[in-house]
Amino acid sequence: MGAAREEAETMESVKIAITVNGRLYERETEPRRLLSDFLREDLRLTGTHVGCEHGVCGSCTILMDGQSTRACLTFAVMADGAEIDTIEGLGGIDNMHPLQAAFWEKHGLQCGFCTPGMLMTSLELLRENPAPDREEIRDALSGNLCRCTGYQTIIDAVEAAGKAMRGAGQ
Amino acid sequence: MTLDAFIPESRQTEKPRESYTWIGKSMKRVEDPRLLVGRGNYVDDVNLPEMAHAAILRSPHAHARILTIDKRQAEALPGVLCVMTGAEAARQTGPLPSWANPPVHQYCIAQDKVRHVGEAVAAVVAESRYIAEDACDLIEVEYAPLPAIVDLEAALHASGDAVLHPDRGDTNVALARTLTFGPVAEDFAQADRVIERRFRWPRSGGTPLETHGAVASFDPGTGKFTIHANTSMYNYCGWMIADSLGVPAHKLNIVPTLAGGSFGAKLFSHKPCVLAATLARATGRPVKFMEDRIDNATGCDAHGSDRVYYAKLAIKNDGTLLSLKTRIIDDYGAYFQFGVGQHGNALSQVVGPYRINSVEVALEAVLTNKCQQGAYRGFGSEVANFVIERLVDGAAAELGMDAVEIRRKNFITPDQFPYLIPTGNMYDSGDYAAVLDAAVELSEYDSWREKQAEMRKQGRYVGIGVASCQERSVFSTTEFWMWNLEPGGEWTSSPDAVSLKIDPTGKAFVTLHAPFWGNSPETVAVQILAEQLTLDPADIEVTYSDSDHGFNSTGPGGSRFTVMVAGAVVGAAHQLKKKLLRIAGHLMEADTADLEFRDGAVSLKGAPDKRLTIAELANTAHYFRLDLPADMDLTSGLDASYVYDHPVTTLPAKDNSHMGIFYPIMGHMCHIPVVEVDIETGKIFILNYAAVHDCGTMVNPMTLRGHVRGGVVNGIGSTLMEHYHYDETGQLQNVLFTDYLLPSTLEAPTDIKIGHVVTPSPFTEYGIKGGGEGGRMGAPPALAAAIEDALSPLGVTIDELPLSPNRLRRLIRDAQARQSTGDIGVDSTG
Repeated sequence: MGAAREEAETMESVKIAITVNGRLYERETEPRRLLSDFLREDLRLTGTHVGCEHGVCGSCTILMDGQSTRACLTFAVMADGAEIDTIEGLGGIDNMHPLQAAFWEKHGLQCGFCTPGMLMTSLELLRENPAPDREEIRDALSGNLCRCTGYQTIIDAVEAAGKAMRGAGQ
Repeated sequence: MTLDAFIPESRQTEKPRESYTWIGKSMKRVEDPRLLVGRGNYVDDVNLPEMAHAAILRSPHAHARILTIDKRQAEALPGVLCVMTGAEAARQTGPLPSWANPPVHQYCIAQDKVRHVGEAVAAVVAESRYIAEDACDLIEVEYAPLPAIVDLEAALHASGDAVLHPDRGDTNVALARTLTFGPVAEDFAQADRVIERRFRWPRSGGTPLETHGAVASFDPGTGKFTIHANTSMYNYCGWMIADSLGVPAHKLNIVPTLAGGSFGAKLFSHKPCVLAATLARATGRPVKFMEDRIDNATGCDAHGSDRVYYAKLAIKNDGTLLSLKTRIIDDYGAYFQFGVGQHGNALSQVVGPYRINSVEVALEAVLTNKCQQGAYRGFGSEVANFVIERLVDGAAAELGMDAVEIRRKNFITPDQFPYLIPTGNMYDSGDYAAVLDAAVELSEYDSWREKQAEMRKQGRYVGIGVASCQERSVFSTTEFWMWNLEPGGEWTSSPDAVSLKIDPTGKAFVTLHAPFWGNSPETVAVQILAEQLTLDPADIEVTYSDSDHGFNSTGPGGSRFTVMVAGAVVGAAHQLKKKLLRIAGHLMEADTADLEFRDGAVSLKGAPDKRLTIAELANTAHYFRLDLPADMDLTSGLDASYVYDHPVTTLPAKDNSHMGIFYPIMGHMCHIPVVEVDIETGKIFILNYAAVHDCGTMVNPMTLRGHVRGGVVNGIGSTLMEHYHYDETGQLQNVLFTDYLLPSTLEAPTDIKIGHVVTPSPFTEYGIKGGGEGGRMGAPPALAAAIEDALSPLGVTIDELPLSPNRLRRLIRDAQARQSTGDIGVDSTG
């Protein structure tokens, strides 16, 4: 107990510089601060959702230097110097990314809570494999839980987005 | 008494039609854009100035007296604003809302005793959640453990220190009652056979990915609380939260946020609201409390049904079903917030789609040292569906009948509607044989039966299941109290409301008085209003009222919201249309009977060029009062509100000979899965899955299919994977998602085939029926039947869920052992 208290009192902040969606942020943060909390609370980028805080549900998935990463299992200090992509950088309501448009078209979301993580994981998949088949999409999304859709329409959406992106030469 | 004596006249004003402009279209959802760009506003996204954060210290004991709490170290931690014990909370905050009668008292922080692992023992408010959790570690609590009651049958006999709530008597039986509907004894006396089984339905939960939470603030200037929360029913009974806080109802405003899924779990979600508000009052700061995943699993107040059934089905040798008798023990956990509402619910369709003449249900609701039950997609009826379908399959197996044949023989037929079942509930309409036929065709049943025979020859264990289940929709609140032995709190209203306005520029605004749960309330409202006013959906905006501005609205749950929102929009739109016609008739010098709504305008019938657009009429309505007659009802502007009452409900009989009509808008489904069992590992492969639903008139087929598929996958979880496992000391063994397994893409079929049959309701606007829970209400019996069929060469009987690989392997091993010793009898002991 005493040790915990001492630790809490002596926790020193660290200066970090993180590029999020192309913008550089320089902030002081405690070493124990989760990247998910840093994004959501310090930068007010609340599109990254926290569902389980133990790395299973995938709602908090972001891209860190292009790699899909659980923001809830990453300390903010680990992202020092990194380039982070979050849902807020993907596309706006008037200029949706083909993935967002396809999720809308194919009804790939209901409550929307898992959606940012689904989209970021799918973005990585389509960058690495522009023409995945349904089994490959299923495999790539197997670390992202959705309680609403039953997944089928999410797979439909990623498949359709891949086609749209290939057609547009993206 | 005749049937007519029981069934009120239909209040339907919009008859089902052959075709529509917007209803029935798979329109993209209006909710989606903000969710897709990361700009949804969920409760954890609420950020108020000076907001502090709460964490709770959870009980490590299932049942214990709290002897002492030493919070000095916690209070001394820098950044800590408040450490509150249950006794301190109780100085201003009373017990949480309860519908049980007599109530079982629960507090947002435990008083004197903890009754389940995870119950709050103290709460900390600090500058950050990190500091609040640090401080929880510094609180010293001394407990005196009490006996933990975990097994539901053992709970029947507990006494003394093992009693959770001694103020209700020396027993953990919260309610015990037998209800008999119709001549059960006579029907059993006529039976050729009785199918007798014990079933075990395991405790799971809705488990939305977003946990429950609240952000509360207290304004010392007005003496008023504001609570932002992912709750529902705040416009129906939000005053109960004010009551817990010890303030009058007008000193609390509840502001709904989007909910990141509910599946029933967030039906009221009162505890986080009361806790956050109590802490905000104590600290003078806005306080956010978000459950973490451990808080949620151990203390969300929303675990699902946890039942043992001793069930008997009386049948004739020709397959005729006569009577159903069940004894049920249901493990409610430590508290009893909704009483046995889940069993009111289950009475609504207890006989399934079948002509069964009489029913007896003996219920014992017990309290144990677990998280309490709430609602989960089906609210108890999913279990009743499982039981009746398993019994019908059992009857078919005993008689050597095909699963399809026995169902067809016993279905209530289309000419028999409206049909009153023995419990008194009405089935409004249906065509069950049509649904079965469509499912047989969609699933390619006959072809799969051939394939199955081939595959069996190759030594593969492939099975086909058929479940034809009811999907009651639109609950009436009588379900919550009809079982109660003591009178009190017998509400009979369960309405939903909308308010509408059209602004001077012709844009329409819909205010919903109940929240977004992950369903599509905005899309439904837009489609119905666009249909009514012939407006472009892009010109309609939908928002949500807070409780200060809300009208009586029960909210989503029990597959009611599409029907109820449609009814409310129709009611309000009719008022606006009347006014628009009056204005147009005046300006165009035409009789209103000669006018019609067309393409966003009021035009002369037969001369569509002679028209005034709704925008033009709205402009006149707002700004040109002197152009209009002086009638009192032509006030400036275009606004209306409508509270749509439950479309058809009646009271339970005083003598309990029937329970009245309380869940009458009856959908139906047939699910036919094909599975293969790997008998070496117990792994299930779903080879094909077909589901045909009849939800009456469909507003949006795409979103309805979304509910069906999502529900099926919830059902796969309930059938194969999910079970909150408490050990004998009351420790929850699978708290995290690493252990409590939800279906992922790898367990969910990627091609669930969905079909529709449309039998419109004669009672609701346009004939819409609800479909929000359907998938989960059909998948468990269908999958259990398919797995049993797959393992029929081994003689395995399925009576208990979940069918984890572990359990299946045990069943298979036991069956193989019986076969090797020459005993090939079917094991029906479960």
